[in-house]
Amino acid sequence: MRNFDYQRAGDVAEATALHGNDHSADFIAGGTNLIDMVKLDIMRPERLVDVNRLPLTGIESLDDGRLKIGALVTNTDLAYHERVLADYPVLSEAILTGASTQLRNVATTAGNVMQRTRCPYFRNPARPCNKREPGSGCGALEGINRNHAVLGTSDQCIAVHPSDMCVGMQALGATLTIEGPGGTRDIPFEDYHLLPGDTPEREHDLNDGELITHVTLDAPIDGARGHYLKLRDRMSYEFALASCAAVVALDGDAIREARIALGGVGTKPWRSHEAEAALSGQPATEETFQKAAEAAMAGAVAHRDNAFKIPLAKQAIVRALATVTAQS
Amino acid sequence: MTESIIGHRTTRIDGELKLTGKADYAADHNLLGQVYGYPVPSTIARGRLVGLDLEAARQSPGVIEIIHRGNFPALQHSDNNPACGSEGRLFHSPNTMAEQNKVGEARLPFEDDGIHYEGQYIAMVIADTFEHARAAARLVTARYEEEKAVPGLFQTDDEGEEAGDEAVSRGDPEGAFESAPVKFDHTYTIAMETHVAMEMHASIAYWDGDRLTVYESTQGVVFQRNAMAQIFGIPPEKVTVIAHYIGSGFGSKLFMWPHAVITAVAAKMVGRPVKTVLSRQQNFCSAGNRPASRQRIRMAADRDGRLKSIRHDSQNETSFVDAYTESVGSGTPRVYACDNVSVSQRRVEVNHGTPTSMRAPGEVSGSVALEIAMDEMAIELGMDPLELRRRNFAERDPSADLPWSGNHLRECWDDASRRFGWEKRNPEIGSMRDGHEIIGWGMADATWEAMRSHCKARVELRADGKVQVACGTQDIGTGTYTIVAQTASELTGVPIERIEVKLGDSTLPAGPLSGGSMATATVLPAVAGATRDAIEQLKQLAIADGAPFEGKKADALTFESGALSDGNRTLSFAELLDKLQRGMAEGEASAAPGDEQDKFSFRSFGAHFVEIRWDPGISRLRVSRVVSTIDIGRAINPLTARNQVEGAIVMGMGMGMFEETEYDPAGNIYNNNYADYIVPVHADIPDIEVELLDNPDFNFNEFGARGVGEIGITGMAAAISNAVYHATGKRIRDMPIKIADLIAS
Ligand SMILES: Cc1cc2nc3c(=O)[nH]c(=O)nc-3n(C[C@H](O)[C@H](O)[C@H](O)COP(=O)(O)OP(=O)(O)OC[C@H]3O[C@@H](n4cnc5c(N)ncnc54)[C@H](O)[C@@H]3O)c2cc1C
Ligand code: SF4
Repeated sequence: MRNFDYQRAGDVAEATALHGNDHSADFIAGGTNLIDMVKLDIMRPERLVDVNRLPLTGIESLDDGRLKIGALVTNTDLAYHERVLADYPVLSEAILTGASTQLRNVATTAGNVMQRTRCPYFRNPARPCNKREPGSGCGALEGINRNHAVLGTSDQCIAVHPSDMCVGMQALGATLTIEGPGGTRDIPFEDYHLLPGDTPEREHDLNDGELITHVTLDAPIDGARGHYLKLRDRMSYEFALASCAAVVALDGDAIREARIALGGVGTKPWRSHEAEAALSGQPATEETFQKAAEAAMAGAVAHRDNAFKIPLAKQAIVRALATVTAQS
Repeated sequence: MTESIIGHRTTRIDGELKLTGKADYAADHNLLGQVYGYPVPSTIARGRLVGLDLEAARQSPGVIEIIHRGNFPALQHSDNNPACGSEGRLFHSPNTMAEQNKVGEARLPFEDDGIHYEGQYIAMVIADTFEHARAAARLVTARYEEEKAVPGLFQTDDEGEEAGDEAVSRGDPEGAFESAPVKFDHTYTIAMETHVAMEMHASIAYWDGDRLTVYESTQGVVFQRNAMAQIFGIPPEKVTVIAHYIGSGFGSKLFMWPHAVITAVAAKMVGRPVKTVLSRQQNFCSAGNRPASRQRIRMAADRDGRLKSIRHDSQNETSFVDAYTESVGSGTPRVYACDNVSVSQRRVEVNHGTPTSMRAPGEVSGSVALEIAMDEMAIELGMDPLELRRRNFAERDPSADLPWSGNHLRECWDDASRRFGWEKRNPEIGSMRDGHEIIGWGMADATWEAMRSHCKARVELRADGKVQVACGTQDIGTGTYTIVAQTASELTGVPIERIEVKLGDSTLPAGPLSGGSMATATVLPAVAGATRDAIEQLKQLAIADGAPFEGKKADALTFESGALSDGNRTLSFAELLDKLQRGMAEGEASAAPGDEQDKFSFRSFGAHFVEIRWDPGISRLRVSRVVSTIDIGRAINPLTARNQVEGAIVMGMGMGMFEETEYDPAGNIYNNNYADYIVPVHADIPDIEVELLDNPDFNFNEFGARGVGEIGITGMAAAISNAVYHATGKRIRDMPIKIADLIAS
C-alpha cells in the first residue's frame, strides 16, 4: 500500500470535477474491492475521490415499469428491496449468493459493476498479466487456470468476470447512466463490459472521470419467473465456477420468452442469446433445456484446468431452467 | 463431597476475555518506542539473489533500517564451534539443536544467497509504522539468477531420499502378498495443505541489555525460549517468550520460524522493540504446511477378509533447506491385526517452504490411504466395510509386543453404526436416492497415538481466597486454561471462579508444547501434584508452633472445600493464612511418563460414519451427516473435548473436499489467501453427532485422559471418499475430491 490523497465529493458534479480525467485518480465507494487491490499493490492510485456522500442511494419505480437504482445502493438494500423481491427475484438471488453479509452491507451497485477479476496472476504484482500491465504476458495461460473463463477469451486474457449481481442484471436487461465531463449518457448494460480481445486492460465503456450514477432495470417481462443458480466448490462465500440466471415466461407448456445469462465462465457477465433462441417457442422440457445449454456453450474454449466448467455450466443452465419452469 | 468437576461440561474460563477483546494475543501488545518490521519475500521459487536495490525503500517515509544478508550478523555454525558462542559471534545455527529447541526451518534467515522457495525472506524493512514498513518493502527490488524450480511432488520424477528411521517390517509382506487370493496395488495422493489459523503469525521482540523478551503467537513458549537462547548464544534464563492467547496454530506455531529470528535481530540493531505481523500471503509461504504425499499401498487378504499383507510406501515433500519427514505410515503397523507389514517413507525436495506438523501429522495422511484401501478390500471381498474391520481387530498392539492400555474400537463401531443406522445401508452403488440426490454412506476408523511428556507446575493457595496455578505451557484455543482450573478446583474444592490460571510465559515452571494431543495428559498430573504439594505446605504451616492446629499431625487434618479441618475446628485456607499473616502456601511438582510406557501401548481409537449427497445434475457434493464415536479415555471437559473433535471433523472435510495449496508450473504459489484457499464454511458443515466414550485410561495418568486434539481428523477424508464411491461408483484416491473428478461430462 502506498500513500494517496483523499477527497470527498458532495454531489455528482463535484465528484466528476474532482476526478477530472486524471488517470491516477479513482472513485471509492464501499472500498471492498478497491482497497483490497491497493493493499495488494496492484492499484496505485495517487488520489481517491470518495463518492459515498453522493445522493445516489435511492431506488425509484419509473412510470414505464422500470426500476432505477442509484449507484450507491448497497448490495444488501438492493437484494431486499420489495420491488426487486417481487419483480426481479433473479437479481435478489444472484446478489445474495455473492460475497458475505458484511461485504454486501457496504458493497455498492456501481462498485459491483466495476469490480475486477479475481485472477490470482492479476492480483499479484510479481506475475505477468496483460490486463494489469499490457504486453507483460498472461500468467494464467501457462499457469493454473481452473477458475478462468471458457467464453469470450482471447490469447491475451482468459480472466473471468467475477460478479453475480451483473449476471442477474444481464438476464433482466438494464441501462447504465453515466455522468462525465461530456455530460450524461446512457448505455445498454450488455454493451458496457468489454471482451478482452487485444486490449484486456480495457474492461468497460467508461472513460477517465466518468461516474456511473444509476442502473435502470428493464420493465419486468410479463408473467416471467426467475432463478439464479450458482455452482462452486463450497456452499457459500466463493465466486462462481459456473452460474446461471434464468428468466422464463411460459405460455401454457411452451416458452414464450427466456433470458439466460451466465457467470463464472465468461470474460464478461455473459448473456446467451444462443440459448435464448433455442428456448423461444419450444416446450419447457429437459430436452429443450439441454439444447439451450449446448447452444450456450458451443463456442467455449477450455484451457488446461478448466474443461470441467463447460459441462458444469450446461448443468447450471439445465437445472436453473428446470427449477424456474417447475415453479409455475 | 461436591460433585466432581472433572468430566463436567465447563465453559471456558477465558471465554469472556475473548468475547470482549481483552484477551491479549501476541500482536495486541504495543511497547513503548515500538517500530514495525515488514518482510520482503522472494518472488521467484528457485535461484540466486544477485542484487538488492534498497535505495528507494531507504528514501521512503518512516524507514529506520533495512535488514538483509549484507548487514545481518554472521552465523556461527556449531560444526566449527562446539563451544557455541566462544568466538563471540552472535548466531548459532540451529542444526545441532537439542530436543527442546527445535525450529521450523533449520536454515537461518539470509544464511546463503540461494532462493529455495517463493516467499523466502530476502530483507525486512523496519519503519515507524506498519504502513510505512509495508510501503517501503514494496519499493525493494531484487535481481535474481532464476533456475527451474521443482514445483511439487507431483511434478517431479525424483524418488527422494529414504527416511530410514521410519522403516518398519514384520513377517514376510512380499511372500504373503504373492500367495494371497485377494489383493491390489493402488496409489493415493494428498495435496499440500496450509494451516491457515485465523491469527497471523506475529512476533514482537525487545532487548534490555542482554535480555531478550519476545511476544509470539506460539504453541511452545519454552521451546521458543530455548531456540532463541541457542541462536543468540545466551543462557535460556535471559530469554522470555510470552504467548498468553493464541488464535490457533494447528501445528504451524509449534516451532519457531525465520520471521521471529529476523525480528529479534532487528530489535537489537535498532535498539527498540520491533513488531512483525505476517500478512496472510506470507503465512502461506514461510510458516509451514502439511506436505503433499504420495502413498502406494499393496494390500492382500484371504477370502474371509483376514488381512495377510500390507505394504505402505510413502513419499512426502520437504524443502531444500530442511529435511522434514512426514511419518505417513506410522499408524499402519498398529491399527489392524496383520502379520506381514512393511512401511517406508521417502522425502522429496521441492521448492516450497519447509513443511511442519499439521493436525495429526503423518497419521492423518496415512489414514486416508489405509482407510480407503480397507474400503476397496471390502468391495473386492463383497463384504461390508465395517465387518471387514471387525475381522481385523487387533487384540494387542501388533507392532509392539504389548497389550493395549485400552482399545475400545469395538464399542466405537457399535455405538456409531447404531446411531448412524448403518444396518440400513444398501451396499449397491447409487442405490440410495432422495430427489435429485444420490446418497452415499461410508465409514472409516480414526486413531491417534497417546503421548505424554514432562511438565512442571506451581500452585499457590492465597490469603485472598484464590488459588493460582502456573505452568509454562499455553492454551492455543483448545481450553487448556479451563481444564487446568478444573483440576485445581477438583483437588482443592475451591469453586472454579476463584481459580486463576497463568499460562503462556516461559518464566513459569516449564511446560510442554501444545501439540501431539499430549498437553492434557502431560500438564494435569503436574498441576495435581503441585496442588497436593500446596495443600501439604498449608498443613505444615497450620501445625507449626503458634499456628491454629499446633500439635496436630499433618495427616490427621483434612482439606475439603478449600478448608482445613481436624474434625472439631474448620478454617478456610484464607482464614488460616490470614491468622498466620502469610500471603500464600505454595506447592510445586514435576510430572513425567513412567514405566507404564513399557507395559502398555497407548492409543486412542474411534469411528466415523459419513453420509454424502451427490447431485449429478449439478455436480454438487456435500456432506450431509457425520456420526462419530471416539474413545479418548476420560474427557476432562466434554464441552471443549467435543469441540476439538467437531473442529477436527470439519478440518477432515477440508482435507477430503477442498483444501489444496496450489503451486503453478513455475513453482509459484497460486492461492495464498482465504478467498482462493478453500476451507469449509458454515454452510458446508452438516450435523455432526459426536459421542465420546467414557473409559478412563488410568494406566496412562491419574485422570485417565488421553488427549483429543487430533484423532477427529484421522479417517475423515477416507470416510468421505468411501461414501462418494458408494454413491457414484467412482473411487477417488486423490485428495481433495474435486468437481472435475466426479462430473459426468
Ligand atoms: C472476500 C470477497 C468475496 C466476494 N465474493 C463475491 C461474490 O461471490 N460475488 C460477487 O459478485 N462479488 C463478490 N465480491 C465482490 C464484491 O461484490 C465487490 O467487492 C463489491 O461489489 C464492490 O463494491 P464497492 O462499493 O465496495 O466498490 P469499491 O471497492 O469502492 O470500488 C470498486 C471499483 O468501482 C469503482 N467505482 C465505485 N463506484 C463507482 C461509480 N459510481 N462510478 C464509477 N466507478 C465506480 C471504483 O473506482 C473501483 O475501481 C467479493 C468481495 C470480497 C472482498
Ligand atoms: S487471465 Fe487476464 S487477468 Fe489473468 S493473468 Fe492473464 S491477462 Fe492477467
